[in-house]
Amino acid sequence: MRIGIPRALLYYNYYPFWKIFFESLGHEVVLSSPTNKKILKDGLESTVDDACLPVKVFHGHVIDLINTVDAVFIPRIISVESGEFICPKFLGLPDMIRNSVAGLPRIIDCELSLYRNKTGFMEHAIRVGRLLGNSTQEALRAYLLASSKYNSYKKFRVKNGRLPIDEGDKSFFEVTAPDYSKYKDGSFKFNVLVLGHPYNIYDRYVSMNLIKKLQDFGAKIITPEIIPERNISAGAKKLNKKLFWTLGKNILGSAYYYMDNCKLDGIVHVASFGCGPDSLVGELLERKVSRDYSLPFLYLNLDEHAGEEGFNTRLEAFVDILERRRCGESNVSSHG
Amino acid sequence: MKVTFPHMGNLYIPVKTFFENLGVEVIVPPPCSKKTLELGVKYSPEFACLPLKINIGNFIEALEMGADTIVMAGGIGPCRFGYYSEVQREILRDLGYKFNMIVLDPPQGHFMDLVKKLLAITNKKSFRQISLAGRLAWAKALLLDELDKMASAIRPVELNRGETDAIYKNALEQISKAESEQELLGVRREILERMAEIKKDPDKLPVKIGLVGEIYTVLEPFVNLFVERQLGELGAAVERSIYITEWVRENLLPSFLKPKEHGQVLKLAEPYIRCFVGGHGQESIAQIVKYSREGFDGVIHLLPFTCMPEIVAKSTIPSVARIHSIPVMTLVLDEHSAEAGVRTRLEAFVDLIRQKKEEKSCDRVLSGN
Ligand code: SF4
Ligand code: SF4
Repeated sequence: MRIGIPRALLYYNYYPFWKIFFESLGHEVVLSSPTNKKILKDGLESTVDDACLPVKVFHGHVIDLINTVDAVFIPRIISVESGEFICPKFLGLPDMIRNSVAGLPRIIDCELSLYRNKTGFMEHAIRVGRLLGNSTQEALRAYLLASSKYNSYKKFRVKNGRLPIDEGDKSFFEVTAPDYSKYKDGSFKFNVLVLGHPYNIYDRYVSMNLIKKLQDFGAKIITPEIIPERNISAGAKKLNKKLFWTLGKNILGSAYYYMDNCKLDGIVHVASFGCGPDSLVGELLERKVSRDYSLPFLYLNLDEHAGEEGFNTRLEAFVDILERRRCGESNVSSHG
Repeated sequence: MKVTFPHMGNLYIPVKTFFENLGVEVIVPPPCSKKTLELGVKYSPEFACLPLKINIGNFIEALEMGADTIVMAGGIGPCRFGYYSEVQREILRDLGYKFNMIVLDPPQGHFMDLVKKLLAITNKKSFRQISLAGRLAWAKALLLDELDKMASAIRPVELNRGETDAIYKNALEQISKAESEQELLGVRREILERMAEIKKDPDKLPVKIGLVGEIYTVLEPFVNLFVERQLGELGAAVERSIYITEWVRENLLPSFLKPKEHGQVLKLAEPYIRCFVGGHGQESIAQIVKYSREGFDGVIHLLPFTCMPEIVAKSTIPSVARIHSIPVMTLVLDEHSAEAGVRTRLEAFVDLIRQKKEEKSCDRVLSGN
């Protein structure tokens, strides 16, 4: 069977797992094209207008797959970590798609919940496998293979600071060269923490190539995806109340950990228009940074109308501040 | 200690009764107003959902009046409500207010936790005293819901416009003042009598509209631009999908006290939204189906701008409305919504469903022949 995976939302987190899993069950995996103008337009037209940008983009990716696959994989993702959620829209994603997109092929929408269930991922994989006509045993074997490879991929990613960002038409998973190969150690001018949901910061089109642009300015990019989980948890412990959104927790956990323990020159927070969790997480972050730390902070709100020029201007202004601070520091040290 | 809490419809009446009967001084924020909204909008994150902003307005107004303790409901997700308190505390702190915030997280297995927090607020009154105070508050909440239902049934057929609302306003005061369950019974009797005396216009045939959507916007008239009253004036009898007693049951009481019908109603949403999506998203859809089955003429769906669960609901509404042939109008509310603008849309909607209803009854007469 040809199974379509939309190159959007949690694609940036779980694609390696799903790809290996489906292929080892003998299916073919088809990715939607990297986000482009048409995908965005299709998404905007088919989604209720007050939905957030990433959900609209996701709709566009599903439409992109319609005539090329036998089934689209749109799991109902309730929870990927114990006691946490992603967001209400993930809970209702298959429902939204079914009711807004016409001419859909079959949809595989099995539930994934690790809310109260450590083996939730395995059970999810087995349900998916069975739905595709595989036996429990086959599915289990595929799960074990996929999860061991996925785990080593994640380790590799963290160890090498390898960001899950697509290269051209290739998925991030197929690109093996480390991102930083062209920079020598010590050639970075600043350490910048880029915080945001993976589907915002790694989607080149939606993020207007933010990461590449920052790298070209000489920034070493740090994101939650390359920070060890234990550090994120340590950072998140500083919150007054457990944050029940996994992606928000990754953002605040990373920030709170890094600000206290690592050398950091600036923070970029990428939110998307219409995002519920971002509105609160961003507020907490911004207040904390401005109250307790004197770090340059850039807030970017991605929306479908944003022009690239204004975006670039703001980015340059931010980098200017970083530059000035860098010079200021070296002056201090050379005189002191 | 002077306790305050955010407004949500008439909830302030039972809450005030509850705390006062435990000897706690209460500062009720002034009723939600334009000023509340302005304060809230000014100090809250731009893209936060509207209830958070209005809460902030309530808090600021109450803190200015001398309140020093905020009691706020909490939550464990997936929706933003569960994290409101954290953001609100930071905002108020940065504004320089000194206060203590007590967050009542839903007692899913932590009912004792709730009781402990209440004991702390109320200066270690006994559990018995708490439950006694709770009883009167609960009786008031029940009566308030009954009052709301009565008023919205009579409003569309009253002969003299405004009569129902005058009685309603007076009733709120009486309920608020009542000091015992005994007294409350008397108040209830009186309200029933006065409501029964309202002169009705026999020529007015009300249409029936159900009100569904995000909980807070359904319950707080200021935020929904007094949609119930407006619809009443346009000749529509309105039934809400949620009343305050249900909110209290859902958010503050242990799950064994929750009504059982709930699960069955939710089943109606399954063809469209198969599982819980936070807040009342799934409920909204289930209620639309239910209203359609019960012969309602239309439904109004309310949500604050960017409300996540209701956006999921909204995207399935066109199918639901088509399949169950019931007109549904969605009203997205934010700080820029204005009563006048919405009025025109409501008028058009009521006209539409009235027309539909007449066509239907024509059909029935014809086929009857
Ligand atoms: S977390 Fe935010 S951006 Fe992601 S789906 Fe939810 S509302 Fe949209
Ligand atoms: S249900 Fe809607 S209004 Fe309420 S917290 Fe969630 S997003 Fe905000």
